[in-house]
Amino acid sequence: MTLSVSSASSPAETPTLAAVTRSRVRRSRRRGLVIGILVALVVVAYGINLMVGETFYTLSEIGRVILGETVPGASFTVGELRLPRASLAALAGFCFGLGGVTFQTMLRNPLASPDVIGITSGASAAAAFAIVVLGLSETGVSVFAIGAGLGVAVIVYTLSFRDGVAGTRLILIGIGIAAMLDSATAYVLSQAAQWDLQQAQRWLTGSLNGATWDETGPVALALVVLGPLLLSQARNLFMLQLGDDTAAALGVRLERTRILVIVAAVGLLAFATAATGPIAFVAFLSGPIAARIIGGAGSLLVPAGLVGALLVLVADLIGQNAFDIRYPVGIVTGVLGAPYLVYLLIRTNRAGGSL
Amino acid sequence: MTATHSLSVESLQLGYGDRTVIESLDLLVPPGRITTIVGANACGKSTLLRSMSRLLAPRAGHVLLDGREVHRMPAKELARTLGLLPQSPIAPEGITVADLVGRGRNPHQRLLSRWSHADDEAVAAALDATHTADLADRSVDELSGGQRQRVWIAMALAQQTDLLLLDEPTTFLDVSHQVEVLDLLTDLNQTRGTTIVMVLHDLNMAARYTDHLIALADGKLYAAGEPAEVLTEDCVRAVFGLDSRVITDPTSDKPLMLPLGRHHVTSTPG
Repeated sequence: MTLSVSSASSPAETPTLAAVTRSRVRRSRRRGLVIGILVALVVVAYGINLMVGETFYTLSEIGRVILGETVPGASFTVGELRLPRASLAALAGFCFGLGGVTFQTMLRNPLASPDVIGITSGASAAAAFAIVVLGLSETGVSVFAIGAGLGVAVIVYTLSFRDGVAGTRLILIGIGIAAMLDSATAYVLSQAAQWDLQQAQRWLTGSLNGATWDETGPVALALVVLGPLLLSQARNLFMLQLGDDTAAALGVRLERTRILVIVAAVGLLAFATAATGPIAFVAFLSGPIAARIIGGAGSLLVPAGLVGALLVLVADLIGQNAFDIRYPVGIVTGVLGAPYLVYLLIRTNRAGGSL
Repeated sequence: MTATHSLSVESLQLGYGDRTVIESLDLLVPPGRITTIVGANACGKSTLLRSMSRLLAPRAGHVLLDGREVHRMPAKELARTLGLLPQSPIAPEGITVADLVGRGRNPHQRLLSRWSHADDEAVAAALDATHTADLADRSVDELSGGQRQRVWIAMALAQQTDLLLLDEPTTFLDVSHQVEVLDLLTDLNQTRGTTIVMVLHDLNMAARYTDHLIALADGKLYAAGEPAEVLTEDCVRAVFGLDSRVITDPTSDKPLMLPLGRHHVTSTPG
């Protein structure tokens, strides 16, 4: 029996130690490989989104536009339309993926995604209200959306609190609140003088139509500020997977972690929602997909963000080019996400699931 | 590894909401020994263990580790000295044994620090000590109850604390696995001098494997001391409301409690 573990006096490499080191190295290689592949896929998808559309432009034409040269046709189409649109797609997707996996991990349930429990619905309703009724600018809309997102998070958490928060109770209350907020969004839109389908689609399912740098900027800023804050809590979030008591016994400060993580995640989700509307199911799908491909090799935050970016880019590519009619991105992600939601609900009935 | 850490509780009051669970409790955990807390269901055993490990703030009184209030200590510093295995820890779906055991290293790691060789050594030693090395690459979901409990204990061992608190480590295990887990904890106590505090349901297992037995009744201390002093017929009646005979276990010379129910009692020895 080997019970001595003083690290200074361990000359012999035991078979177990060799195996432990080997399996850790294998996990971290796999993680590096998966993240590398995801980054490559995001870059490729981003490039294709810039190239493909009504007119096809080559990579060299796009390169020249990015470098600031004037290319007939491409300067406007790529520079003014496709670049901000593809950038917004990648950034918003990253935010939705990060925000989604944060809630799913913290609440240890894939159904506890911010687009299922009402947080994006709240941000969306507030953004629609701020634009349609109050006529606010981009910054005002973002502030409004964040306030509403945090407000909904607090309300759902408080309503589901009874001797601690049970996951199922929180999810059911969240679904109810989401339904109320979605009808509030529909009502606000129906009251709008300039009622038009484009805007309705944006606030109900999410859309990248009419994306400009004015919308992309705040999302990029949010990611630069709140992303590192969230990532600084990655290990604590990772420990929360073991349950609150175990995590606390292993030195995680629960309240501090929860507050930091909720503020950062809601901020990311709200900024993204204020720019694109609640792109359906991206927050919900990214975490479980990332979990499946990363296979327990470390924190899910960055992989889920990359999966989210990839989902939105690919969904927009499909929505814009695959059919005779152009569909907003949220309709494509909705078609992808809804069957998975049904699958999870069926599986949860059989056994309580976690990420 | 030392056996010098002192853990004590002074006029501690604990509760949830408007319900008081522990009224006013004073305890001293003997360093380097195995202490077991017994009591009826809902008498505050688990609550006490959670408070001793900083998970539940006291309403009044103190939990002191080496004279310092545990609720004021930095979380990671405390977690390097005192570990807790909760009653039903959650294993994330698909996690491997090595990954789970490695999470026990959290209090030894800093924000951006890389995984170190010392971390690997601690994980390997924990796997060897709990005889789970051959399971290292298996998914925790696939393991039997006994294997899973050993893996959780391995995670707590990887934490390398001088004090280890366990909430019902033998629940849901069959008798051979109960003995296996308690033998393992005894090994740990004897070879490393780890101070162990656990909650157990089975009085006879507690009496056999414990140096110091604490009996709680209605949120108060009923008795504390060596099993032979504490586990008496009066104690069983006061703590569990059960008539019994307590004899000496011929295999261990520890007290053995025989419950007297309404049926099947044909003679009452002792």
